[in-house]
Amino acid sequence: MADETATMDDAQGGIRPPPRASDRVRVIYRHRLPVRIMHWINAICLLVLLGSGLQIFNAHPALYWGQKSTFDKPLLAMGARRDAHEQWRGVTTVGSHTFDTTGVFGISDTGGRQMMRGFPSWMTIPGPQWLSMGRRWHFFFAWLFVINGFCFAAYALTGKHFRKDLLPTKTDWHGIGRSIVDHALLRHPKGEAAARYNVLQKLTYLIVIFGFGPLIVLMGLAMSPRMDSVLGWLVDLVGGRQSARTIHFILAWAFVAFFIIHIFEVLVSGAGNELRSIVTGRFAIHEENNDEQ
Amino acid sequence: MSSDRRRFLRNALTIAGVGLLAGCDRLSQTEWVPDVLGKAETLSHAVQRALTRNALAREYNEADISPVFRANGSTNPQTPEYLSLAKNDFRDYRLTVGGLVAHPLSFSLEQLRALPPRTQITRHDCVEGWSVIGKWKGVQLSRVLELAKPRGNARYVVFRCFDRMDDGGLDGGTPYYESIGFDDAYHPQTLLAYELNGKPLPIENGAPLRARIERQLGYKQAKYISAVELVASLDDIGDGNGGYWEDQGYEWYAGI
Repeated sequence: MADETATMDDAQGGIRPPPRASDRVRVIYRHRLPVRIMHWINAICLLVLLGSGLQIFNAHPALYWGQKSTFDKPLLAMGARRDAHEQWRGVTTVGSHTFDTTGVFGISDTGGRQMMRGFPSWMTIPGPQWLSMGRRWHFFFAWLFVINGFCFAAYALTGKHFRKDLLPTKTDWHGIGRSIVDHALLRHPKGEAAARYNVLQKLTYLIVIFGFGPLIVLMGLAMSPRMDSVLGWLVDLVGGRQSARTIHFILAWAFVAFFIIHIFEVLVSGAGNELRSIVTGRFAIHEENNDEQ
Repeated sequence: MSSDRRRFLRNALTIAGVGLLAGCDRLSQTEWVPDVLGKAETLSHAVQRALTRNALAREYNEADISPVFRANGSTNPQTPEYLSLAKNDFRDYRLTVGGLVAHPLSFSLEQLRALPPRTQITRHDCVEGWSVIGKWKGVQLSRVLELAKPRGNARYVVFRCFDRMDDGGLDGGTPYYESIGFDDAYHPQTLLAYELNGKPLPIENGAPLRARIERQLGYKQAKYISAVELVASLDDIGDGNGGYWEDQGYEWYAGI
């Protein structure tokens, strides 16, 4: 990233409005090929893991805390019940609160029929209730996610990517307050600063890649009865196997939250340019040239 | 960025997402994709076996026992053979141990109880995601196998069961069966259990005898066992995948 292998006028017409005469547009090589490949493998993995994970969740759409399931006291449960007019309603229970979630959670449309299910079919892989197939997708892509993750960690830590691009510098830390304000006002770095990740971006990537990633895999492994014969300490640390399942579920939604913010930031900071840089590596920098007038 | 481009990107993302889901549905219907996805089972099995070897499943305290041990799958077999055994409190029950063994054997419940027992409080994890904890008492499968002496070409232990799973057919359904490899068969916590929580095994939990393979999921814990059979290959049993649920597409290695 930020390797200036090319400085040229913006040859790609249509990327952004024509620059003003006083501006100079420079195209830099922002994302190296291995990072781009691993980014997209990871994106596919996360989508499949989420869809198939929700399919697996739907086999028993309830969450608990502890070693075992306390069926009468779930943390979260999706189900269905008949209302006073004998109509089926989808009901979601969170702790002691109950919500009518007909059409989304508990009862939803599957292939033109109202079905009793946790998450709706448009969110699950496969769409219809099919636990064994969901497990096949999930475990295959879980391995791909883990192998891809190890490859990224090896690449980032042995090369310069981690130290040079991801680790916040002293200057970064000093500017964190300003970066928070900038993000809140949707102000994005311009010129040379746009070539680097900003400090909040660095911290988010570090937390998601080296925090959420390993943690969600560990919580998945803590659900495995075979692995629990050697991971007992971890299972106990988080409060039990059902706690691990709950944390795994919460982390999955933490990834979704990251995804939404990630896409939002891409949209507001120049979707065409950002998208091109993660596909081809090339990223255009718009510089305001006040001093050369 | 122009609003046109923003709309284009949003649509592209939606199409990509919906397309991915629909694509996964169609791929699930092919033969080769589930086969390729299923290769992960071999990898999971090999890696988990190497990492855990013969380690014991976690054992719990009396205080951890679930108030009700939830029953799943068959909970009340209706085959004439089973009903007549149940009527007599399983006094006429015989467990046969056969197949590739030097000494085919047959045990009454009394004879099984006379063998040195093992008691363990363990967690039962259903493939659906829930867990319950119960106290099992039974005879280690390894003891029974040592008496029967498996032949050198035996590779799997098959559990034949009394219960039949309703498949809509008129023949009363498909017989339940399960199978495990020798590493699990000789694991110290692998039991032929006849007691749950200090009482004779209730019918809904698999009376008179069920398997406990503590490092695998619930569907491996065959209930209503009528026979233990040693075989060299699983190909000729059921649909050849090693168990009733395996024949429905679930993994034979249910350690995850």
